[in-house]
Amino acid sequence: MSTASHTTDHDHDHDHDHDHGPARGLSRWLLTTNHKDIGTLYLLFSLTMFFIGGAMALVIRAELFQPGLQIVDPHFFNQMTTLHALVMIFGAVMPAFVGLANWLIPMMVGAPDMALPRMNNWSFWIMPFAFTLLLSTLFMPGGGPAGGWTLYPPLVLQTGNAFPFVILAVHMMGASSIMGAINIIATILNLRAPGMTLMKMPLFVWTWLITAFLLIAVMPVLAGTVTMLLTDKFFGTSFFNAAGGGDPVMFQHIFWFFGHPEVYIMILPAFGIISQIIPTFARKPLFGYASMVYATASIAFLSFIVWAHHMFTVGMPLAGELFFMYATMLIAVPTGVKVFNWVSTMWRGAMTFETPMLFAIAFVVLFTIGGFSGLMLAIAPADFQYQDTYFVVAHFHYVLVPGAVFSIMAAAYYWLPKWTGHMYNEKLGKLHFWLSVVGVNVLFFPQHFLGLAGMPRRIPDYALQFTEFNMVSTVGAFLFGFSQLFLLYNVIQTIRGGAKATDQVWEGAQGLEWTLSSPPPYHTFTTAPEIE
Amino acid sequence: MATSRIAHGGGIALSAALLLAWSVGAHADLTLNMPQGVTAISHDVYNLHMLIFWICVAIGVAVFGVMFWSIYHHRKSRGAVPAQFHESTLVEVLWTIVPMLILIGMAVPATGTLVRMYDARDAELTVKVTGYQWRWQYEYLDDGVKFFSTLSTPQAQIRNLAAKGEHYLLEVDNPLVLPVGKKVRILTTAADVIHSWWVPELGWKKDAIPGFINEVWTQIEKPGIYRGQCAELCGRDHGFMPIVVKAVPEAEFQQWLEQMKKDSTPKTAQNDSRAPIVPGGQTL
Repeated sequence: MSTASHTTDHDHDHDHDHDHGPARGLSRWLLTTNHKDIGTLYLLFSLTMFFIGGAMALVIRAELFQPGLQIVDPHFFNQMTTLHALVMIFGAVMPAFVGLANWLIPMMVGAPDMALPRMNNWSFWIMPFAFTLLLSTLFMPGGGPAGGWTLYPPLVLQTGNAFPFVILAVHMMGASSIMGAINIIATILNLRAPGMTLMKMPLFVWTWLITAFLLIAVMPVLAGTVTMLLTDKFFGTSFFNAAGGGDPVMFQHIFWFFGHPEVYIMILPAFGIISQIIPTFARKPLFGYASMVYATASIAFLSFIVWAHHMFTVGMPLAGELFFMYATMLIAVPTGVKVFNWVSTMWRGAMTFETPMLFAIAFVVLFTIGGFSGLMLAIAPADFQYQDTYFVVAHFHYVLVPGAVFSIMAAAYYWLPKWTGHMYNEKLGKLHFWLSVVGVNVLFFPQHFLGLAGMPRRIPDYALQFTEFNMVSTVGAFLFGFSQLFLLYNVIQTIRGGAKATDQVWEGAQGLEWTLSSPPPYHTFTTAPEIE
Repeated sequence: MATSRIAHGGGIALSAALLLAWSVGAHADLTLNMPQGVTAISHDVYNLHMLIFWICVAIGVAVFGVMFWSIYHHRKSRGAVPAQFHESTLVEVLWTIVPMLILIGMAVPATGTLVRMYDARDAELTVKVTGYQWRWQYEYLDDGVKFFSTLSTPQAQIRNLAAKGEHYLLEVDNPLVLPVGKKVRILTTAADVIHSWWVPELGWKKDAIPGFINEVWTQIEKPGIYRGQCAELCGRDHGFMPIVVKAVPEAEFQQWLEQMKKDSTPKTAQNDSRAPIVPGGQTL
């Protein structure tokens, strides 16, 4: 089979310098070891999960449109909140960043492919199985997991038949992430073109290098703690059961030791993307490259010593509260440095506002708002009010949706012409941007008020004083959700055809990937480029 | 061309803002902010919250101001020529040190408040709060009084078969009664899964964890009825286990306590069934 396609490729592709083209049909995607194909698979998988997770969010928002129980049973509501989070975090945001890493890192550092191409194939193909397993739990007796994505015991141990399937799915996602991370580190450290020193690497590569180390450090911790849940449930251990000498709060400590770095796993690559896009459209080099690298490394380090700010109300000793409060506040410093650097990059540039730049600017503003509410949440005594309310929901959605997700959309519009060889529809892109940015604010901004006024998170029904803002939020949710169909349509149309993109694509674009043709040949940099 | 697009986007944003303003204007009682609360601690927490909020607003106005000024003036369509500077050790050092100082300014009052919140010494009354799926149990440890507190909103209201009452989902059969002006120690724990006991007017919430006891305290300044909810996801009816605190003058409290002591079997003390608060089945 492979020999056959080999020959055909040679016949058809003699204009391509005797490059091996892709195999034909399904086997191209099943058996591929090509970083571009695997990148595409990851991105399409992520887009699918984005719509599945988004549909779950719309079920949640529809139920919350009015007080009273209208559409779903509270138990199903809890399954939706739990699965929405798991699908969006592990199925949409993380695979999107891994997909971008696959496409871009080899082209940015002048490597022919990822360092470990077969493992690359494996780490992608685990994902569809993991998520089929996870989503199938919805149809099992007792329904899917309903204890929240944080899987806190003892509640999570009340899950029905779904429980071991959820744990196995989490293990599979973890294995996939770890393999992806190993591959990224191996590629960046070993396959850089001669002259591409570490401090010359594009910031996207730097942020991913640091992210990959975070992944390797914490995914095994998650695997460990969910395994402890499994043995508590089926093998009579009592890690998290006080009656057997265990401690339910210990789970939270271990979980958030994974969970907080996980938060930065979802935002550091976004920082990298924004640091690529803003200089391009400001036509001016990134301000403070070195300080950006150091700030990223500082944030990564701090992410390991702040985990218990997710648990200020569990009853830690005073000294513990103070330590985690101070450490958390410190994160504002390197994060501030990044924002200041982006603004300084724009300062006295010559800016244009194509769709990627619009998303990047919205990222800077709205991520910073999420950062502000994060700083407020860091203040332990005030957190005693905010904790587990819609204020927290507003906070982390501001950093994850107009934060991480907007950066992914910015990246998609920015590199899509390079990947496909076609310009996307700019008018439609701008429409998508404006609808998204309005929708996301109408959706999440009122949730700050709801939380401050006393609405707890994860409730299917609420007291009457919360009605108006919930209605506004739901209207925003449907506006934001349906606007994403414009993205889908635009991406499909761009893949199918459209105006021919130049190699440079953007006037101000800098970096190795822009020296390649659009679309790039199936194999790039088989001989390493020279970097001065 | 580009301007018309931006105007278009601005139009959408404006109409969304108008929608929001209309919705706010239509109901004057709409709450936007954290309650100031009815204890010295809740006032401290509120002030801390506002302090940090205004610091964030000031920083936001400065940073976004510079950014939007730049977006307006340094655009290619206005003929801007890009500068090529990309480094300045001075500003990098400045915008590391200045935020550090601001953070220290926040940390000092926060630490003071936290230390006061942790000082539960010299309490005059101790109440143990136990979370159950899905009701609260209150026990006055020194007086042997103990009862359950369960949602009293009728099913018909939840099912949209009857008009919803004023305190929909925030009403219980037996409220927790506390004396005003006295330091009350509250011990939280749980019987099954983790819950969290939260009354916003008191200024804090505390997790109720099975097998462990957490200690907090409060001293309510004025009589009244204060409502809250379980704040930690605890299963299907997490949204249906409210908290109602009735703060009464000392004399009235003693009277109530005597009455409770006489009544050896308070009517809900036996109510330990694990039936769900909201019967299931028919909603999907």
